[in-house]
Order: sequence, then C-alpha cells, then structure tokens
Amino acid sequence: MAVTTYSGVEQYNFDIVKKFAVMSLVWAVIGMFVGVYIASELAWPFLNFDSPYFSFGRFRPVHTTSVIFGFGGSALFATSYYVVQRTCQTRLISDGMASFTFWGWMAAVLLADISYVLGYTQSREYAEMEWPIDLLIEVVWVTYLILFVGTIMRRKQPHIYVANWFYLAFILATALLHTFNNLAMPIDLFSMKSYSLFAGTQDAMTQWWYGHNAVGFFLTAAFLGMMYYFVPKQAGRPIYSYRLSIVHFWALGFMYMWVGAHHLHWTALPDWTSSLAAAFSILLLMPSWGGMINGIMTLSGAWDKLRTDPVMRFMIVALSFYGMSTFEGPMMSLKEVNALSHYTDWTVGHVHSGALGWVAMISFGSLYHMIPKLWDTKIYSNKLVEVHFWLATLGIVLYIVAMWISGITQGLMWRAFDEFGNLQYSFVESVAAMHPFYAMRAIGGMFFLTGAVLMTYNMFMTIRQGKQEAAALEAKLAAKLAHA
Amino acid sequence: MNLNFKHEWIETNIGLLAVLTMLAISVGGLVEIAPLFFIDKTIEKVDGVRPYTPLEQRGRDIYQREGCYLCHSQMIRPFRDEKLRYGHYSLAAESQYDHPFQWGSKRTGPDLARVGGKYSNEWHVQHLIAPRSMVPESVMPNYPWLLSTPLDISDVADRMKALRKVGVPYSLTDAEYKANVAKFGETVAKQLHIPDAQKNLVEQANFGNYDGDRSGISEMDALVAYLQVLGTMVDFSKYKDDAFVDNR
Repeated sequence: MAVTTYSGVEQYNFDIVKKFAVMSLVWAVIGMFVGVYIASELAWPFLNFDSPYFSFGRFRPVHTTSVIFGFGGSALFATSYYVVQRTCQTRLISDGMASFTFWGWMAAVLLADISYVLGYTQSREYAEMEWPIDLLIEVVWVTYLILFVGTIMRRKQPHIYVANWFYLAFILATALLHTFNNLAMPIDLFSMKSYSLFAGTQDAMTQWWYGHNAVGFFLTAAFLGMMYYFVPKQAGRPIYSYRLSIVHFWALGFMYMWVGAHHLHWTALPDWTSSLAAAFSILLLMPSWGGMINGIMTLSGAWDKLRTDPVMRFMIVALSFYGMSTFEGPMMSLKEVNALSHYTDWTVGHVHSGALGWVAMISFGSLYHMIPKLWDTKIYSNKLVEVHFWLATLGIVLYIVAMWISGITQGLMWRAFDEFGNLQYSFVESVAAMHPFYAMRAIGGMFFLTGAVLMTYNMFMTIRQGKQEAAALEAKLAAKLAHA
Repeated sequence: MNLNFKHEWIETNIGLLAVLTMLAISVGGLVEIAPLFFIDKTIEKVDGVRPYTPLEQRGRDIYQREGCYLCHSQMIRPFRDEKLRYGHYSLAAESQYDHPFQWGSKRTGPDLARVGGKYSNEWHVQHLIAPRSMVPESVMPNYPWLLSTPLDISDVADRMKALRKVGVPYSLTDAEYKANVAKFGETVAKQLHIPDAQKNLVEQANFGNYDGDRSGISEMDALVAYLQVLGTMVDFSKYKDDAFVDNR
C-alpha cells in the first residue's frame, strides 16, 4: 500500500534531490574543516607536519574544491532538480541519468581531492583537477544539461520559471568555461600529468576568464536561481518585480563574462583588456544590486518574518552579503584600489564575504526549507537553526574583518618608504604583522564550521524524525486495513 | 508582421532561451581572449627568453605539484616599490613558454619572478628544508622530502614532447634543432633537443650540484635549478628604461 504524501514518489524524482542535499552537508563539513585547517597552518606553520600530504600548497585546493564543487555543487544539483520538477510540474526525464550525475559528481570531487594530496594539479585556481577528472566532469555536465533541458521541455506550464533561466545559464556557462580553461596536453595516456594548451599571457587571461566566472556563474547565477525560488517560497510572497528579474538575468549573464581580467590589473596582460574588464566590473554593480533588491524586497509586507523565522533570516542576510560583496568587488576592480588590494588578504576576505555570506548562507536557508519538505516533516529544532545563524554570522564577521585589516596592512607596508626613499619594511615584517589576524581568521572559520556541524546534526535528526513519522503512518494504515 | 518584441517569446521557448543565453555569455570571452592570440604587441620582442632546460622544467613541475603558486606570485607590477623590492616589472615575453602560467594571485610570501641569482643554492636548500631556520617569522611549510626524494627522470622526454605539441620549441628533428641554433644559439639549442633530454638533465644537475649532495639527483636539485633561472633570462641593461612601456 503506497502512501502518497507531499513528496509523492510517483510524481517527482525526489530521491536524487535527497541524495545531493545530504551530500551537500557532508561536503560542507569536510570542506570547511579543511579550510579551518589550512587557515591554522598559516597562523601556526608547525601544522604542516613536514609532510607532503598536509602541506598548505596541496591542501588548499582540497578546501576550495570541496566547498565550491562538493558543497556548492551538490546544493545546486539538489535545488535545481527540486526546482525544475516543482516549477515544471513534471518528473526528471531520466532516473538513470540523474543517478549518473550524482555518482559521477561525487567521484569527480573525491578523486580531485585525493589527486591534489598526491601532487597532481593543473595549478589553475579552482580548476586544479587534472585531465582525466576534467573529462569525467565534462561527461557529467553534459548529462546534467540534457536532463535539465529535457525536463523543461516536458513542462506542464507554457512559461519557464525565472529560477530555471538562472540554472540554465549556470549550466551552459560552466560547460563553456570548463571546456576552454582545461584544454591541455597529457604527457602520456596513462599519466595524470598534462601541460596547458596556452602559455603565459593568453593562459593567464583564459584562467581568470574561467576563475571569475566560476564565481559569476557557478557561485552567483546558480545561487540566484536558488534565491528566485526559495525566497518567495519561504516568504510566502511572489517575487518583487518580474521586470527586474528579466533585466537582472540578461545584464548579469552578458556582463559577467567580461570582468575576469580585473584579476590581472598591472600585470603583463595588455592594458586594453584589463581596462575593459574594469569598466564592465563597475557596470556589473547595477544588475547585481538589481537582483539583491529583487530578493530583499520580496519580503516587503512580511518583514515580521525576520523576527520569527530563522530560515528567512539566513536568506535575507545572504542577500545582504551579496549586496555588500558585489559593491566591494567593483571597487576592488578599480585600478588604483587594485594596486593596493591585489596579492593581499583583502582579496581572500572579499571572496569569503561572497562565499560564506552569500553562497553558503543562501544554501543553508534553501536546505532548511527543502529538507523537511523532502522528508515530509518539520525542522527538528528551530532553536539550533537560530544558534547556527548566529555562529555563522559571527564567524563571517570575524573572518572578513581580519582579512580587511591584514590585507590593507600588507598593501600599505609593501609600498611604504622611509625618509630616504628606501623601502620601509622587509617582506617578512609584513608576514609577522599578519599573525594575529591569521589567528582571528582561523577562529572565525571555526565558528562557521561549528554552525555547519550543528546544521548537519539538526538535519540528520529531521530526516530521522521524518522517517519515523512515515513508518508510524504506514503502520497505522496497515493496522486499519487489517481491521477492515 | 508583428515586431512588438515580447520577452514572453523567450520565456516560453527553451530553445530560444538557451541559444540567446549562449550568445550573451560568449561575447565577453571572444572579445577579450581571442585578440590576444593575434595582436603582435601582446608579447614584447626581447632577447634572451628561452624554454626551460630539462632539469629546470622538472623543477617547475615540482613547483606546480607543491602548490607554490598559491602563496608566491611571479608577476612584478610596474610600481616603484615593486621595482625596489623585486626588480624590473615582468614582461609578457618572460612567460611565453610557461605552460601553464604561474603568475599567481596572492603574496603570502614574496614574489618570485626574479628570485633567480638573488640567493645562493645553499640558502635555497636550507630554506626549503626549514624556512624558519633562515627566516624566523616565515609561515612557509618545511619541504624536507625534496632533498630525500630522487628525481624521476624517466619521463622527461615525454614531458618535453607534450610541451612541444603545445608550442614550446623543443626539437625532435635535425631541422628543428638547426632552427633552434639559429634562434637561441648552440648552447641553448643543445639543451632543448629532446633526444638528449636525460643526458642533458644529468649533466646540468651534476655540474650545478644545486642541492649540495653529489650522491644523486634529488627533487631539490631540479627545484633550485628552476628557482635560480627565474627572471634571469632578459638582460635589462641592454634596454632603455621605457623600452616596454608601449606594450602595456
């Protein structure tokens, strides 16, 4: 006797959503733990333990890959499969393909992490995976594209909901970026090692075109898709402005692809390229803030929810950090500011106000909304959600304040001259000055990690509770049937 | 014919939505990346830049493997303080054979674009084994295994062949070798000849004795050889101060 519940088995493939949602939490804990660890290595270098396998240089890509592709990627797979089915009112076109994307993606992230520790890396930031893993990702990604577009083609509504536009742009852009940035020549078919197709300047430009759009599409457009579905759902109100979402979508998609070269200001990249990137970076403020306003204003008329609903608070704080870091970004892309901020911890702080403040917070909010619905129950403990919220917020603040101070200090110390026109500080004096802030950053990270662990526990208990309730319901029905 | 555009057309047609999205996201990359391959001024005309020797290239592989680029940039910017601290600003030409580029994005440690020749081999070896024994405030990890691990030289020719396929002028044939002699001179051309790769590597390591240990060739030999060549290929005393300004 099948129990048809909210998460109806027949109508939607929620099994795949559940798998990705759970793994998203697992990767969050792993990735953030490694993050705290490498942050601590910078504060207390003995933690490298004279071992190749623990050293900062090999561990750092483990952190970035686990949080971006493990945690962020799984959250995106989970929510996109959920949103596309709900808004198109149809089931994913293939359970087999969906399952393949899950196992393929998990294998890619896991193999990537293992390979870095063993010393295999393309040494391209956020694209460190060597060529065999890149090929696996390519296959998974094309499957994802076919599955997503195929499901939209089977929709029961004439309109394609705005969240799906953003997910689609993310899938297409990631395919484009991943393909071109990973063109490489293996030294042998049986060797992991390869050399990139491009060299020097062209290679740098390609990498940062990828690097910044990994932020723009993987970590922004896709999470905006999340925002466009889960914020209105949680607020119980329609999106603030339909027109704004159209402008937001096209302007963001078009402009983001131009801005990567602002990572290469004052380098050997020709001036015209980085100037163009700076101009587009400043323009990008407008669609970014348009999106933020669209999200936050969705809550107008329901502001009281901020007091009563901690999940809503995650989402609104996420949007606030989105607004803050998309203001900071264009500012840092001004050449004069960049001359100071580049190569310093300020960049690291900026990335994390986006990654922790926006990406992680909106994911937490969306997962808190979605997981109870998937298991047809309520959140196990709202109190814990509350604690998580404050730990996370406090952690971010500690983190980015530490990086602002250390980054600006570094920038100023490096360019300081004494009264005779000599450099005032040796490099290592700037390293020594960083110590308290590296410690503070590690502590901020620990707060954030603790929050993620609490959430994982809370969601584990929620899922268990959902399963128990379902079993009890089933038993009741069975008993009734037996009596009849 | 109705020319009143409605966004609704796009919203109700997944094919149109996908195609237009693809167009919107393709422009930026096309405009900014493609010309870099065709505009001659992108790479300065300058003497002295050559591909790495087999030993240096193996050192570069280790530099990549250990993730050095995550804390050290190799890109000096045209600022007064950077000139004083690191030397002449980096030229695009200086990384024209770098597959991949190692410009980096962060200076947790100092820039290394011109570290070659600044310190002795002995300093580098000691500093890599135990950085804090040389610089007490350093936060760099210790790399003791570089000295104890023998360098794998078995596939050095394969590595150079792969690099040749992506455009580095390592020579396989006599004609290519002669072209290199014409371009780089005989001493360099010999180092770039793939059939002699292992022999050249062993010779350079034995002659240079970078790790101070004559008993064998370690990964330390290769890495130090690489560090010592960084930024040394161009002789800037041959050029006027503003010789490269137009290229920016």
